[in-house]
Amino acid sequence: MLPGLAYFIIFKYVPMGGIIVAFQDFSAFAGIRGSEWVGLTHFKNMFTDSEFYTVFKNTLLISLYKLIWGFPGPIILALMLNEVRHMLYKRGVQTLVYLPHFLSWVIIGGILVNVLSPATGIVNQLLGMIGLEPIFFLGSQEWFRTVLVVSDIWKEAGWGAIIYLAALASIDPQIYEAAVVDGASKWKQLIHVTLPSLIGTIVILFVLRLGSVLDVGFEQIFVLYNPLVYNVADVIETYVYRTGITQGQFSFTTAVGLFKSVISLILVVLANKAARKLGQDSLW
Amino acid sequence: MRLTRGEHLASRLNYLALGFIALLALLPFLHIVAQSFSSHQAITSGRVTLWPVDFSFEAYVKVLREQAFLNAFKVSLLRTVIGTMLNVVITCMLAYPLSKAYIKGRSAIMFLIVFTMLFNGGMIPTFLVVKATGLLNSFWVYIIPGAVSAFNVIIMKNFFQGVPPELEESAKIDGSSNIGTLIRIVVPLSMPVIATITLFHAVGHWNAFFDTVLYVTDRNLFPLQVYLRELIMFNQSNISNNNGYSANIDSTLLALESLKAAALIASTVPILIVYPFLQKHFVKGIMLGSVKG
Repeated sequence: MLPGLAYFIIFKYVPMGGIIVAFQDFSAFAGIRGSEWVGLTHFKNMFTDSEFYTVFKNTLLISLYKLIWGFPGPIILALMLNEVRHMLYKRGVQTLVYLPHFLSWVIIGGILVNVLSPATGIVNQLLGMIGLEPIFFLGSQEWFRTVLVVSDIWKEAGWGAIIYLAALASIDPQIYEAAVVDGASKWKQLIHVTLPSLIGTIVILFVLRLGSVLDVGFEQIFVLYNPLVYNVADVIETYVYRTGITQGQFSFTTAVGLFKSVISLILVVLANKAARKLGQDSLW
Repeated sequence: MRLTRGEHLASRLNYLALGFIALLALLPFLHIVAQSFSSHQAITSGRVTLWPVDFSFEAYVKVLREQAFLNAFKVSLLRTVIGTMLNVVITCMLAYPLSKAYIKGRSAIMFLIVFTMLFNGGMIPTFLVVKATGLLNSFWVYIIPGAVSAFNVIIMKNFFQGVPPELEESAKIDGSSNIGTLIRIVVPLSMPVIATITLFHAVGHWNAFFDTVLYVTDRNLFPLQVYLRELIMFNQSNISNNNGYSANIDSTLLALESLKAAALIASTVPILIVYPFLQKHFVKGIMLGSVKG
């Protein structure tokens, strides 16, 4: 038990104490004890910094797009899979759609760079065949977010379907038999039996998802973005990384990070409360 | 069950659509595989889709001869094996006592562990701690700062609580120590959940790259993912600077296309090999987790 506890203390709780550098002018030479206190200066700077607003807006927008487009995907996929009676076919499809989840964003990034390349990518070749101009997807401010959302769905929709499949599997088959006896068509069964049974799972996953709107998928963006699209792609975490670690502005970026952590904490707690209110299981 | 004609049609469409989705998940791989076996001229003139053109193993031979690739492969492999073992052992050791009602303060400890999932110091303070522990630029930075996942501790603890206490009591009467009981009785009974956690940690280690970006500058310690990233980004930045085709890009650069594809495939293969064996385990493991909440 001790190694585990020591781990949590050193790598989780000590960094929480390290948050005080957000209220200091941290210098690596003076250390935390020797650095000068500056109170809320960094927070004031943050709220008057236009770059921070861009980054915050990007974070919210990308997260929102992923939620709107990405959330229904696994549900629809699970419903479709649930209708398949041919077991071998079902397993085959499942195996393939889970697969992308296990690849790193570096590999998927590599594949995306490859298939979307303006000169040699297969997507642009197809566009060329129907007479369209090639698009530099990863370097275009208009297209970058679309690429983020679509690739995220491609990677995770299959995986996300597992939990809905579990919920579908736990529906009592007698309910369907009763519905059939009552003359319900397949479509009616879907509306009156399947969806109501799923709604609990859907609600809790949705609420929890709302609780983490500020976590947008750091690795994905980090792998795909480039200076051409910083304007639309820079999110809080990539911004903290670039200005904090690579430019050494430890105190200011700790303040930005703290802002994100606090908002996230509040959101998760609220989301959990909401899940409980709705009569669902909650995280704690 | 008898179906109306409309339902038959809908069912067919459903099969068709699912097949299409599955293909969509697969096609990008096939495209890359095809490229990895093709010559760079064929790729850059856009003749490669799903089938290799000018078939050759050349790119693979080149990749497998590349010292940096082999070294990165070794780092990734070591990291995955050592890291995963440590993850699983520490998680078990932490979760087991927490599953016992007679341990004092266990709910307080549980709360402190769950709390780390909700709030953390953030990137910079964590970086400063890792720096202070002297782990920067060492192999152990891959293993130690990610040694335990709070989420897995919870799953393990829940599973351990489901082990019948009678079994453990009888082991105690037979003179088994706590550790002995854990190893001989509880762990074998918990294999499905241990397999799931092992898989997740192993995939996590194999795919990890961000800790390298944060903590490591020594090229000898770069894992596969970082090696790949450099290969890909190097190529991309050259393409964007030169706006696609320019006479300046010589064939050595373009040759990278098939090389890149080969490196991508070579780094994916280990996952593809273990994947079919583990699939049934993780699906079961997730279902266990979700049903128990």
